[in-house]
Amino acid sequence: MDSRTSQTAPGTAPSGKAAVRCRGVVKIYGGGSGRVVALRGVDLQVEQGELLMLVGPSGSGKTTLISVIAGILDQDEGDCRVFDQDLRKMPSREKTRYRGKTIGFVFQSFNLIPTLTAVENVAVPLLLNGWKRSRAIQRAGEVLDRVRLADRSRSLPAELSGGEQQRVAIARSLVHEPRLIVCDEPTSSLDQDTGQRVIELLREVAVREDRALIIVTHDSRIFKFSDRMARMNDGRVVEVIDLRKTA
Amino acid sequence: MNSIALKMLVGDRAKYLGMIMGLTFASLLITQQSAIFTGLMARTFGAITDLSYPDIWVMDPKVQFIDDIKPLQDTQLYRVRGVDGVDWAVPLYKGLLKARLENGNFQTCIVFGLDDATLIGGPPEMVVGRLSDLRRAEAVIVDEVGSRDKLARAPSDGLGPKIPLAVGDVLELNDHRATVVGICRVTRTFQSQPVVYTTYSRATTFAPRERKLLSFILAKAKPGEDPERLCGRISRATGLAAYTRDQFKVKTMSYFLKYTGIPINFGIAVVLGFIVGTAIAGQTFYNFTLDNLRHFGTLKAMGAAAPTLLRMILLQALLVGAIGWGLGVGVASLIGYLLRNSELSFKLPWQLLAISGSAVLIICLSAAVISIHKVLKLEPAIVFKT
Ligand SMILES: Nc1ncnc2c1ncn2[C@@H]1O[C@H](COP(=O)(O)OP(=O)(O)OP(=O)(O)O)[C@@H](O)[C@H]1O
Ligand SMILES: [Mg+2]
Repeated sequence: MDSRTSQTAPGTAPSGKAAVRCRGVVKIYGGGSGRVVALRGVDLQVEQGELLMLVGPSGSGKTTLISVIAGILDQDEGDCRVFDQDLRKMPSREKTRYRGKTIGFVFQSFNLIPTLTAVENVAVPLLLNGWKRSRAIQRAGEVLDRVRLADRSRSLPAELSGGEQQRVAIARSLVHEPRLIVCDEPTSSLDQDTGQRVIELLREVAVREDRALIIVTHDSRIFKFSDRMARMNDGRVVEVIDLRKTA
Repeated sequence: MNSIALKMLVGDRAKYLGMIMGLTFASLLITQQSAIFTGLMARTFGAITDLSYPDIWVMDPKVQFIDDIKPLQDTQLYRVRGVDGVDWAVPLYKGLLKARLENGNFQTCIVFGLDDATLIGGPPEMVVGRLSDLRRAEAVIVDEVGSRDKLARAPSDGLGPKIPLAVGDVLELNDHRATVVGICRVTRTFQSQPVVYTTYSRATTFAPRERKLLSFILAKAKPGEDPERLCGRISRATGLAAYTRDQFKVKTMSYFLKYTGIPINFGIAVVLGFIVGTAIAGQTFYNFTLDNLRHFGTLKAMGAAAPTLLRMILLQALLVGAIGWGLGVGVASLIGYLLRNSELSFKLPWQLLAISGSAVLIICLSAAVISIHKVLKLEPAIVFKT
């Protein structure tokens, strides 16, 4: 894939087709006295071709919401569709396979496997999708090149800086060309400049016409890279701001 | 994903070596303890092992084990020879006789009297001299350990090492002169007395006067004859008990197991070795999975299905298990080898390797199953937790 030709610059109108559509999503953790209602009926739509940032105070349910969207957590009520697929209704094996093909992840703490080199870490989603090792490593190397880390491909995560590790994680999240990438606080363990560069990079390589990118963040300095921002409070999406219109 | 699984396993050198060491120790403990137990049990029938030529042992029906002597009438020998299918049958005397040493001390010896014509039942290995030397007048052959220790002479100056009994030396067995014509090596048994071989007729002259002196009749089945069936025919024809060599070994061992408390005493040590080994090995592997739980969670979130995770964990468990088992068995064998000339009883037949291998396998698989359970139960949503 060549990101430069198909990249959607900030301000470009999203295609209008939904990548994610959530209606009345409720998620309750635990039971009895330990019961926590994390989502109280979330309505949210993420369009294809857009970068949506999810913001809100701590405990407002951001992580819970993207976990439901990504199919690693089942909601208790409501409907959540990803590219028109209802993940909750899928048998768990099929759901796992769908997740492996369709969704990419970037985590706050990178979650790289410490005993694998950068290029091997990037190759993991391909291996999980049944690629041959040699092809997967080759392809992973190309993607590392795109995040400008080609020369560090044989390094272990511990030998890389935080920004470099997050770039490896970004390469891993998009190596298998998933249509939806979810990121939870991808910049919060990075310093300001590094964080900005990482988001720029993510925007550059991941936002495409038929794809979508959801980033959970507290970091106001990166808001400017988003197309729309959804603000959550106490388990609900309370406001959606379209930055392309306000710009 | 197999290569990823292996890299996860060996990538962290310290943990990997720790795990291998844990499993090696477990395997060593299991192998070592059961090898010693097996060796100890094999000692109970050492005398039967040494007598490898005859297939069949005939004895008084009340005999319970090899050292339990209930003499037979000499005429029984001819009756056994007359049973259809018996190729040959020879007498064996086995008894405890007092030897008087040069310094006047007495030492009880285990005396075997072998058939005069064939000398069947002799020691498995001669160190000095030949078995046929027993045909000379007053001849006896003594075992090496006995000759060096209990039958040895004190040094003339009272200091220094004892002087071993040697060929040409004379000792008195039950007041009868006996000349040493050879030194032999025998399998260790639970009896600590020196072993002395002589001919049947001479043994009966050494032995205190009794009406019956024939301890066992050793027989061989004709070629093509099933020894077990022949045993049945012999006991029906003579009213005596007849066992194949293996049956008699089992009978002897069972007696020791039942009446000596060895299994309960030593068995506990073996079981303990098993439990400790299992705990160490299981714990080590389980810890490894726990340490990697987050990574398994990441894989799960990224689309690793249950069978993939299962395969990865099993592969890791089998690999460390195999290496740990191999090293443990190796170390156990090395210890057994280095102490081969000591009193350590150590026997490592392939069955034992199979048992310790299965034990380590079961340990690793159970640890893997618990780990797998933990991984499969894992909410992939933990990957977003820091
Ligand atoms: N596994 C869990 N068990 C019980 N309660 C949980 C669990 N995970 C989250 N919660 C609770 O659900 C609510 C929403 O949590 P969530 O992690 O989605 O918030 P967040 O918006 O991501 O917060 P932060 O910005 O601090 O990451 C919180 O009150 C939290 O304590
Ligand atoms: Mg969160």
